[in-house]
Amino acid sequence: MTTTATKKQLHRIDLIFNNDDDCKEILRNALSRSDQEIVNEMVNSGLKGRGGAGFPTGLKWKLTAESKEKEKYVICNADEGEPGTFKDREILTRVPHKVLSGMAMCAKIIGAQKGYIYLRGEYKFLVPDLKKELRKFHDILDELGLDFRVEIFLGSGAYICGEESALIESMEGKRGEPRNKPPFPSVNGFKGKPTVVNNVETLAHSYTILKFGAKKFRDLGVKDSRGSKVFSVSGDTPIPGIYELELGMTVQDFVDDFGDGDCKAVQVGGASGFLVPRKRFAKTTIGYEGKLTGISLPTGGSMMIFNSSRSMYNVLNNYLEFFEEESCGQCTPCRVGCQQLLKGIKAVKRGEKPTSYLDQLLKLTETMKLTAKCGLGQSVANSFSSIVENFREEMIY
Amino acid sequence: MSNMVNLTINGIAVSVEENKTILEAAKHLHIKIPTLCYHKDLCVAGNCRVCVVEQVGNHKLVASCATPVAEGMEINTNTLKVRNCRKHIIELLLTEHREECTKCYRNGHCELQALSAEYQITNQDFIDLVPDKNYTVDRLSPAIEKDDSKCIRCQRCVRTCAEIQSVGAIAVAHKGSEMKISTFFDRSLDEVVCTNCGQCIVHCPTGALTEKSYVEKVWDALADPDIHVIVQTAPAVRVGLGEELGLGLGTRVTGKMVSALKRLGFDSVLDTNFTADLTIMEEGTELLTRLKRALVDDDPEVALPMATSCSPGWVKYIEHKYPEYLPNLSTCKSPQQMFGALAKTYYAKNVNVAPENIISVSIMPCTAKKFEANRPEMKDSGYKDVDFVLTTRELAVMIRQAGIEFEKLNDESFDSIMGVGSGAGAIFGATGGVMEAALRTAYEIVTGREVPFENLEIIPVRGLEGVKEVTIKIEGTVEAWNFLEGVELKCAITNGLENAHQLLEVIKKGDKFYHFIEIMACPGGCLGGGGQPFPVDNEIRMQRMNALYEEDRNLPIRKSHENPEIVQIYKEFLDEPLSHKSHKLLHTSYVKREQY
Amino acid sequence: MDFHEKLVQNLVSKHGKDRENLLPILQGVIDQERFLSEEAILKISKEMSIPAADVYGTASFYSFLDIEPRGKYVIRVCKTITCAMKGKNQIVLAIENFLKIKVGETTIDKKFTILQTNCLGWCHKAPAMLINDEVYTELSPEKVVDILREYKEKN
Repeated sequence: MTTTATKKQLHRIDLIFNNDDDCKEILRNALSRSDQEIVNEMVNSGLKGRGGAGFPTGLKWKLTAESKEKEKYVICNADEGEPGTFKDREILTRVPHKVLSGMAMCAKIIGAQKGYIYLRGEYKFLVPDLKKELRKFHDILDELGLDFRVEIFLGSGAYICGEESALIESMEGKRGEPRNKPPFPSVNGFKGKPTVVNNVETLAHSYTILKFGAKKFRDLGVKDSRGSKVFSVSGDTPIPGIYELELGMTVQDFVDDFGDGDCKAVQVGGASGFLVPRKRFAKTTIGYEGKLTGISLPTGGSMMIFNSSRSMYNVLNNYLEFFEEESCGQCTPCRVGCQQLLKGIKAVKRGEKPTSYLDQLLKLTETMKLTAKCGLGQSVANSFSSIVENFREEMIY
Repeated sequence: MSNMVNLTINGIAVSVEENKTILEAAKHLHIKIPTLCYHKDLCVAGNCRVCVVEQVGNHKLVASCATPVAEGMEINTNTLKVRNCRKHIIELLLTEHREECTKCYRNGHCELQALSAEYQITNQDFIDLVPDKNYTVDRLSPAIEKDDSKCIRCQRCVRTCAEIQSVGAIAVAHKGSEMKISTFFDRSLDEVVCTNCGQCIVHCPTGALTEKSYVEKVWDALADPDIHVIVQTAPAVRVGLGEELGLGLGTRVTGKMVSALKRLGFDSVLDTNFTADLTIMEEGTELLTRLKRALVDDDPEVALPMATSCSPGWVKYIEHKYPEYLPNLSTCKSPQQMFGALAKTYYAKNVNVAPENIISVSIMPCTAKKFEANRPEMKDSGYKDVDFVLTTRELAVMIRQAGIEFEKLNDESFDSIMGVGSGAGAIFGATGGVMEAALRTAYEIVTGREVPFENLEIIPVRGLEGVKEVTIKIEGTVEAWNFLEGVELKCAITNGLENAHQLLEVIKKGDKFYHFIEIMACPGGCLGGGGQPFPVDNEIRMQRMNALYEEDRNLPIRKSHENPEIVQIYKEFLDEPLSHKSHKLLHTSYVKREQY
Repeated sequence: MDFHEKLVQNLVSKHGKDRENLLPILQGVIDQERFLSEEAILKISKEMSIPAADVYGTASFYSFLDIEPRGKYVIRVCKTITCAMKGKNQIVLAIENFLKIKVGETTIDKKFTILQTNCLGWCHKAPAMLINDEVYTELSPEKVVDILREYKEKN
């Protein structure tokens, strides 16, 4: 829209959103192949979980398939709550049949008869259309002779339910508190049965892989970060929205394409991800390599752009308020740690604590990362340390 | 035989069963890993995180209480990283916790305090969060106080209330920084299904849940020269008190306890075992009467199984959760309340003291007894039958405050009247004890012979199993009880309200039929009560239980009906079991209560 | 039998008594009454044999399962980062001024409650809000007043 002709535009991929309504054919074809073949295809594609954690999808299916249990479940994780992420809603709105096809294929392989879409309460308005889609899809399954049914399970406003074991607890009618792991859902999931929990986009990608084969997917991206990814772009950008891009781009490439020309920092992966300051744009790529080194950043696809008018203190404050509320509250490092971080930066800002207190808080985030029970508490450190380390002066003055 | 798994902890090799956790494996090597949310009685929560350890190859630390061992695992429990993280976690807990250790009821018995001492938390760098928290303190219940500002959210109480007791009076509510342990809409414990069993207290690591203390009131009474203060002591206290005062687990301290109570200034030191024996007479007769109505009169109204009513936690549980079974509860008051009613009538007359000048104190292993003594109907003497109830722990406080060197005390004997108890009365303190005592007496009344177990010991009713059953065939009845000839008396015994819940469901479905069931609210019976010393687990319960059975073996009289003071009271005062006077003083009725 | 007893009974017979149906049942009550009253939670507790404290504790975990009385229309303004950057505060102010209540409060006629909520998933169209289940995006102070005016006229 506003990009100049001289700028090199990132390659827009059109695998997820192209509206090919051929899931019956794709499924029919897939059903004719052996489970082993399909699992191999998934493994070879290099597809990793698109919710942000990046667990290899093929392996997840394989592990769950190995269980001898008769009752198993496939759950589509549509509890998209990460600040700055809205791609799953878009996928479920525009191409729900791809997600459902992915679920059906997974069900066939692991041996599940029942699937659920755990849809966050904030997206309740999607239910009528999704139900229509489900009816159509069930008819297709009947035609293909696949014994599988999908139901919608509605969340009720709890970010932590995006964590797969918390999601399962929630579906069991309990507080959405993450479980101790092991055992993992592949062994002990919904109602104690082996369960695959996959992100919306992951399932849509699995459909793409079935359609085009692992190679086409694998040819996109770099090294351990294969395929394309749907990005949710927001903040100080003239063109906010949903974009499917190849993995492995640098933040600089991204900013050149999406920034407003005054870009100060980019938050990759939402509040639980990392803030990349301008000086590191060129050195940072988006992908799964060297996870947590800060050189290559995994992401659920949230890209929030901040220009120079933004106070990084306010940004961090906003994240910490979010975590302080959305922590399930069961484990000490996360429940109390989030409160301390939030109160701590305020105290430094007000001059009630010395600036060196920030270093103490950084140490605290290290403890949270090492000891919190689940990914929420562990990842608060990401944004905290990347903001405080890169914008220390903004925390103080 | 399950498979063994080999791992190393701090470089030392250990081999344990495959389903064990790292924490349990470390115990084998005598390596102590600190814990807070972990409790042997409960399911694993893994939420406090103080038990984190380093697992080689894992960049995160793992919670040793929640992580199963795996072949080849290398664990380090004492690295710099582990210590620093643990310290941080303790510090964090302290910032949410109102630190007023010197003013805290649990001072000296607090696991958080002990851990802070162990890790030398002398600094407080993080911000005190307490001032901004709107913590509530609930002191309305006559038995249990709940102070949210002392709570560390380990959820041991919630798991106890749900898993052991199946009561669910408290639950985890809200999330994030607001997360707290709450009743239904945060009402007072006094208004909800809480049975006052106090199991939450003995499982709480801090001062968040404590008994309501009446120590000061008792000191006041003792200081008043015009008041005649008497005290009764429940059977389980004598096998718990020593533990609280530095003697070994399961030490019997009956004589020392009596001696200490005398030194504290009680005018008369008496024994609840006496009214335990009396309970057997009344309840045993009630059972036989119900059986007669069922078997001879074919009375469809008679409620069987008859259930014991000595445990006030159990009584309140059934009032809340199974009101349809209220007719099954024996109408007998608990031994404490029988004692109370007699103290201000029979005893008062006997010692020639005006009942209004008597303060009747009871020492109980129980917090529900505090509630029970406060039930409005417990005034059959014309006065409040039992004025103050102290737990075993509170008695220990008084003994310490009085400067009594408990372990050096000589044994002394209970005063009289109402100071003699049989071995049958003593075992009331253990699960199965009431059943055993009842059978010793009832069988003998009906057949004229001793119960057919060696040395009177009815082994099948003993022990910590959830549900125990015993069937006794009644043969060779004396004339008055001929209708019971050949009857197989079916009995069941359970301890802990979750087990009681299971048993009631079985009975409700009609899967099993019993004539008589004994139910104690607390695991192990009163010896595992909510007023007993910290800490508790099954090993400790077993030690206390063995001590009670030893007490029984060592008493000259081991059957309730042979207790000379029992013979005396029927002769001089009550006439006979279920007499008019008995009904007035020793029996009671129950109410249906709310379900939240 | 009063209204919410009947409501709970219908929901329980529709979804079932097993624990995993608790959320849909709580949501069903919210759909009708906008909040979970003590009576409703007690009824659910009895019908499903879950301790009342547990139902209460579970409900209080979820920010959409309100346990305080709410108005007929619950307004939830997104307060997370992008909406905050794009003028959420002005939106809240405009709503407060229009309805003459503060965040967390309910109008006297019990028609509106103003709340703030975490990320609604409309960051590219910030600021955003929900009125009950309906989404409104790319809000401005003027637009939000227009929207509310329409609601005010509705029954």
